[in-house]
Amino acid sequence: MSKIGLITKGFLKENPTFVLVLGMCPTLATTTSAMNGLEMGLATMFVLILSNIVISLIAPVVPDKVHIPVYIVVIATFVTVLQLLMQAYVPDVYETLGLFIPLIVVNCIVLGRAEAFACKNSVGDSALDGIGIGLGFTASLTVIGIVREILGSGSIFGWKFITGDGVLAFVMAPGAFLVLGYLMVLFNKLAKR
Amino acid sequence: MVLSLTLVCLVCSAVLGCVYAVTAAPIKAAEDAKTTASIARVLPAFEGQPSKESVSVDGVDYTYYRAPGAGYAVISTVVGFGGPLTLMVGIGEDGLVCNTVVLSHSETPGLGAKCTSDTHFIDQFKGWDPAQKSLSVRKDGGEVDAITASTITSRAYSAAISQAYVVFKKLTENE
Amino acid sequence: MAEYLLIIVSAIFVNNIVLAQFLGVCPFMGVSSKLSTATGMSGAVCFVITLATVVTYLINKFFLVPLGLTFLQTIAFILVIAALVQIVEIVLKKISPSLYQALGIFLPLITTNCAVLGVAINVVTKQFTFGGGAAHMLNLGEATVYALATSLGYGLAMVLFAGMREQMAQSDVPESFKGLPIAFITVGIMAMAFLGFSGIV
Repeated sequence: MSKIGLITKGFLKENPTFVLVLGMCPTLATTTSAMNGLEMGLATMFVLILSNIVISLIAPVVPDKVHIPVYIVVIATFVTVLQLLMQAYVPDVYETLGLFIPLIVVNCIVLGRAEAFACKNSVGDSALDGIGIGLGFTASLTVIGIVREILGSGSIFGWKFITGDGVLAFVMAPGAFLVLGYLMVLFNKLAKR
Repeated sequence: MVLSLTLVCLVCSAVLGCVYAVTAAPIKAAEDAKTTASIARVLPAFEGQPSKESVSVDGVDYTYYRAPGAGYAVISTVVGFGGPLTLMVGIGEDGLVCNTVVLSHSETPGLGAKCTSDTHFIDQFKGWDPAQKSLSVRKDGGEVDAITASTITSRAYSAAISQAYVVFKKLTENE
Repeated sequence: MAEYLLIIVSAIFVNNIVLAQFLGVCPFMGVSSKLSTATGMSGAVCFVITLATVVTYLINKFFLVPLGLTFLQTIAFILVIAALVQIVEIVLKKISPSLYQALGIFLPLITTNCAVLGVAINVVTKQFTFGGGAAHMLNLGEATVYALATSLGYGLAMVLFAGMREQMAQSDVPESFKGLPIAFITVGIMAMAFLGFSGIV
């Protein structure tokens, strides 16, 4: 696959949210607004890129039997690094995303890329794969966030275009499932053409 | 096999230890900055570094900041609609509420969570005299204008202020 | 006693782990297409969540906090969970082959179920309020009950949903809605129903 292909595949062909349907928990929980979705996507991308790089480096020397625990430890390390950095430099964002930052450890996208790509490809390609999938994830989360924010709060990236409230259900739990479901339908429809 | 796993764990812990050592100071600074900013909001008259102290009232420990010349900033936690609701309440030495700020909450987005942004609701407490005006929502016979459709959050918010006032009373009667 | 009852009602209905907290959604979607597998998975999850929460609670309290190593929480907890799942698998294979047959295939999946790590982290980092009580950190007894009730809530949501999906498999769904999209929309409607419980405790 070409280098450009590695980066762009995350948007459509291997979109982690709408095609692979991975990492659903943060996708649903943190997309109450466009900004939150974007921040969660970037946080995941940070871990994805670094863990992909390190795993592609160590994969040849890790014994086969313990490869999953080793990968999990590597991922957990980067997640903790991210937690500490966020606490230090963007404490407000850290507070908003809360539990879902440590939960990047068990985000199936990260372990999935380690298993499916990073452990058998070169460092450079793995980094690009991390960027590509990370960008795809960020884009999906931002789109879901935008839709929920428009419907639920009548604003977009915090800029309010109606007075009063939106349809609150879209900011609350049911709206997350509904928006994701309908966006998937739309994605299927468009992808088929 | 076990060796490699142990090795990876050790290396990772070492890396984390380093990152922790490097970020410890900025994390502390970020927390302090948040506290200072909150105090500056609830007690605008005060400049400088207030001292953090704690006091026990009716068996519950409260953290508060003493700002000489301006008053007290009391941290008060109550039960909101979705979980704990923690406020910092600034009370001037004259016994009037200066301002309030939400430190943490788990209220419903778009409803109770408006207690952090609804200026009509928040600003009504500025200059409130808890000794004269009852701190409960109008629905319960008090004088607080509740946030639309969020009576429970508004009730909790008012209760947190009354609680802070009780702490304030206790602090001032000792002097 | 009343406190425990409140914890149970709140964890199962009001703050349902899937429908209100969005934890463990991937396996929830993955194994809920048949009622029998959904029941098996729920059993395994119940077991692991409760056990993992108790163990991580103790590790946090007697090891990480006294040594000032709370920044290792994430990494320590995920290792403990992975190890526990392995042990449970081995023990189950030895003492109850029939139960192993029923739950065995789900066990390896549970390590990466974010509900397990989510509950374990929540219990040691968040303050809880139940009924009119003051906000506080959970003690061991409350944490155990909370973990058990949360996982029962997971099971309840999963079994209900699997029942609906079995019905749905018979109906004529528009092409683009087939599979996961219609499933997500159904869960959305379920979540709306569960929203009706909010505010009761």
